[in-house]
Amino acid sequence: MSEQQTVGFTVNGERHTVSVPTRELLVHTLRERLHLTGTHIGCDSSHCGACTVDLNGRSVKSCTVLTVQAQNAEVLTVEGLAGPDGLHPLQEGFREEHGLQCGFCTPGMLVRAYRFLQENPDPDEDQIRTGMAGNLCRCTGYQNIVKAIRYAAEKQTAGSV
Amino acid sequence: MGILEDQQARIDQLGGIGCGRKRKEDARFIQGKGNYVDDVKLPGMLHADFVRSPYGHARIKSIDTSKALALPGVRAVLTAKDLAPLKLHWMPTLAGDVQAVLADEKVGFQYQEVAFVVADDRYIAADAVDLVKVEYEELPSITDPFHSMDPDAPVIRPDLDGKDTGAHGKRKHYNHIFTWEVGDKAETDRVFETAPVTVKEQIWYPRNHGMPLETCGSVASFDKVNGELKVWVTSQAPHVVRTVVSLLSGLDESKVHVVAPDIGGGFGVKVGVYPGYVCSIVASIVLGKPVKWIEDRVEHLAATAFGRDYHMTGELAADADGRIQAARFYVLADHGAFDSCADPTKWPAGFFNICTGSYDIKAAHVTVDGVYTNKTPGGVSYRCSFRVTEGSYVIERMIDVLAQKMGLDKAEIRLRNFIKPEQFPYQSALGWEYDSGSYEAGLRKVMEVCDYAALRREQEEKRKRGELMGIGLSTFTEIVGAGPTKICDILGVGMFDSCEIRIHPTGSAIARFGTKDQGQSHRTTYAQILATEVGIPSESIMIEEGDTDTAPYGLGTYGSRSTPTAGAAAARAGRKIRAKAQKIAAHLLEVAEDDLEWDIDRFVVKGVPDQAKTMKEIAWAAYNRTPPGLEPGLEAVEYYDPPNMTYPSGAYLCVVDIDRHTGEVKVRRFYALDDCGTRINPMVIDGQIHGGLTEAFAVAMGQELPYDKAGNLLGASLLDYFVPTAVETPRYETDFTVTPSPHHPIGAKGVGESPHVGGVSAFSNAVIDAFAHAGVTHLNMPYKSSTVWKTIHTLNLDQRA
Repeated sequence: MSEQQTVGFTVNGERHTVSVPTRELLVHTLRERLHLTGTHIGCDSSHCGACTVDLNGRSVKSCTVLTVQAQNAEVLTVEGLAGPDGLHPLQEGFREEHGLQCGFCTPGMLVRAYRFLQENPDPDEDQIRTGMAGNLCRCTGYQNIVKAIRYAAEKQTAGSV
Repeated sequence: MGILEDQQARIDQLGGIGCGRKRKEDARFIQGKGNYVDDVKLPGMLHADFVRSPYGHARIKSIDTSKALALPGVRAVLTAKDLAPLKLHWMPTLAGDVQAVLADEKVGFQYQEVAFVVADDRYIAADAVDLVKVEYEELPSITDPFHSMDPDAPVIRPDLDGKDTGAHGKRKHYNHIFTWEVGDKAETDRVFETAPVTVKEQIWYPRNHGMPLETCGSVASFDKVNGELKVWVTSQAPHVVRTVVSLLSGLDESKVHVVAPDIGGGFGVKVGVYPGYVCSIVASIVLGKPVKWIEDRVEHLAATAFGRDYHMTGELAADADGRIQAARFYVLADHGAFDSCADPTKWPAGFFNICTGSYDIKAAHVTVDGVYTNKTPGGVSYRCSFRVTEGSYVIERMIDVLAQKMGLDKAEIRLRNFIKPEQFPYQSALGWEYDSGSYEAGLRKVMEVCDYAALRREQEEKRKRGELMGIGLSTFTEIVGAGPTKICDILGVGMFDSCEIRIHPTGSAIARFGTKDQGQSHRTTYAQILATEVGIPSESIMIEEGDTDTAPYGLGTYGSRSTPTAGAAAARAGRKIRAKAQKIAAHLLEVAEDDLEWDIDRFVVKGVPDQAKTMKEIAWAAYNRTPPGLEPGLEAVEYYDPPNMTYPSGAYLCVVDIDRHTGEVKVRRFYALDDCGTRINPMVIDGQIHGGLTEAFAVAMGQELPYDKAGNLLGASLLDYFVPTAVETPRYETDFTVTPSPHHPIGAKGVGESPHVGGVSAFSNAVIDAFAHAGVTHLNMPYKSSTVWKTIHTLNLDQRA
């Protein structure tokens, strides 16, 4: 059916080598081989963003990336957001501002917001909404997600001064 | 009597009812540690996928599974023939009908389940699906319910041949499911004949889908050694699933272990039992291995239960001042190929008869006809309490239509017709007893805050310039919190709900419930109710749901029923704890029980404030120093059968500006005032309202599941099905009044669904109001730019100066 290929890449700072069929999607490798089930599958068609991960410094929908495309890549998933000092400011922000309900979109939201705040560290509300347009949420109506991202932006800006 | 500083500090420390404590659910979810059904992984687990029908209506001539079975890694391909000896090729639906688990000789809707492929991984299963060869003979489809009962209509359900009675009485045609009537027809007709003003409108509430972000799925694991079955399932009602599985499989209910782990949104879609659940269970029993089935997004939108699809004829009769004298509604309900509506058993059209709304209407009559079509079965309530949204929508639309016909302002006509506070408890003409409400106060507050008069003046000026601006009002009343058990059951199980609480010796607690959170924040808010009732900090109270082995039986979470039922059970279980605690405290303090009074987190000897025992002290004593004759321990169970439902209400105002050259609708302002009775956690309430309003926005502006005449579903992926992103979604302002429910132990009414129920009417009324000056009284949803532009163009409102 599908040839096997060995792929080496770094996920959340840890080096992994996996042998996968060439057609295997990155999201399945992360979830089923590396047991990183924080990354979710919501649509299989790049619309919902629940599977968003950071790949070589860009937000990608891992349901439409082949694992073989991640050869030698640096991948960040939600499991890699918190540091040794505790939660990432975005994780704090989502909790403080009630930016989540069922939690299914949350990992993708967080990982996308992580990249977005590096692209634009001090965004206004409209910029946040546009920057997050690739991630769907059915529970929150986004209003508190916007606040959560502002919370993190302010905290990160304050921290870097 | 004022609260002392010390008391306030203790209240704050409890984190009880009324505080906006942060959610207990979040820590796991923000770190990727949720546990959803697709995260369940068992040794040797197999993966399943469906072969689905490409036709809306067809006879199955043959199914050839040989090529699929020859593919390495394929373990089984199940068809109706394999399920028939087990009598599992058909299953009962919640609505009293039956549904094919796997298509039995014919298919009745596109994407219907035809065969179930089980393989070593999901890729092989998908390959094998393509290798199953099914020969079909296409039949003519019915996709317009108005033709379902034509004399020569195709027969959708040959299995019902000759059955002229269904679960809800007489069937008048082979494609007819039920007729449901309520109200006084003769009196209503009489009022209509003599009323000075009558209005009539044809209103369609399109077929749509709740579409939680997590699709449906199950993992079934049959343990052959012990004859026990464990099922992880995306269910809002896991206890009901356990009962259904036991009845279907013949396994003792004690040997069926159903777990609803974290659920990635439900919105009513995850109430029913789907063929995928049944097939994964059968496959696991047959193969002796765990079997996982997870549907993809297209399958979810195409084959998992839809919402709404009500074709409604609304009529109101009024006096010369616009006071409504009677309401008459007829509904043609499109149920698809099987009646898989998720309603309480005796309610084939749910609680649609809330359709007299917030208004004092003395005479009313409703008729609903349910019919089969060649479409997906369903009719689940998309964030709504059993067809309440349809009922609320039709009255909120019709009162606008009446106002327009009479030249009355749309706020004024509401003020003239509201049920007044002194009329509660209010007996509605269609059989409900409304518990409480402050409708006029709510609307007046909204009108004042938003300066309604100024908005109308602005609209007038804009109209002179040819600009399109609409102001939508919705002053809705919901009915939520089913039971009572005497009128509401599911498959014979009464719709109560439950709470079981255990206080540990060191003063922390665990409480379990028969409901199931899907984002509603039960772990946070139930603990707040208990904290206030038992005087233990909410931080020290663990909440668990979803595991049917450990949680007390309950009917689950949908129809905004958790707070009205399980929330009430929590309060009453808490009071049982307190009653026992009082006995223990009296024993410890060597006083009579009556000498004690409750003070936030302790019992105090009346008039002697330093003679007290805190709940923490009492908890310890419950395990070593109970008074003679009192058993040790500190536990309570409450199964709560509500005496009535609760009636949340709200007053919403929506302002839209419409681009007359593109048809684009922009929501300029949305002000939502809700009255859900006692407010448990304001932060959580606001979150629920934002989410419900966004769903309402999606419904009004774009969500639909259209079919072509051949039965093809046009729009079952996120390419077509509208789910708003952060960019399109409006900003909301929230507000509230508090009118407690007199019959609920803490006065709470439930809020999750109000914003959806009330929001749809507000958005819809706003768009239609923008065209009122052109004589438009109704436009069917959804208001996509293309359809709005067509309206503008037809009315010649896009002329450039």
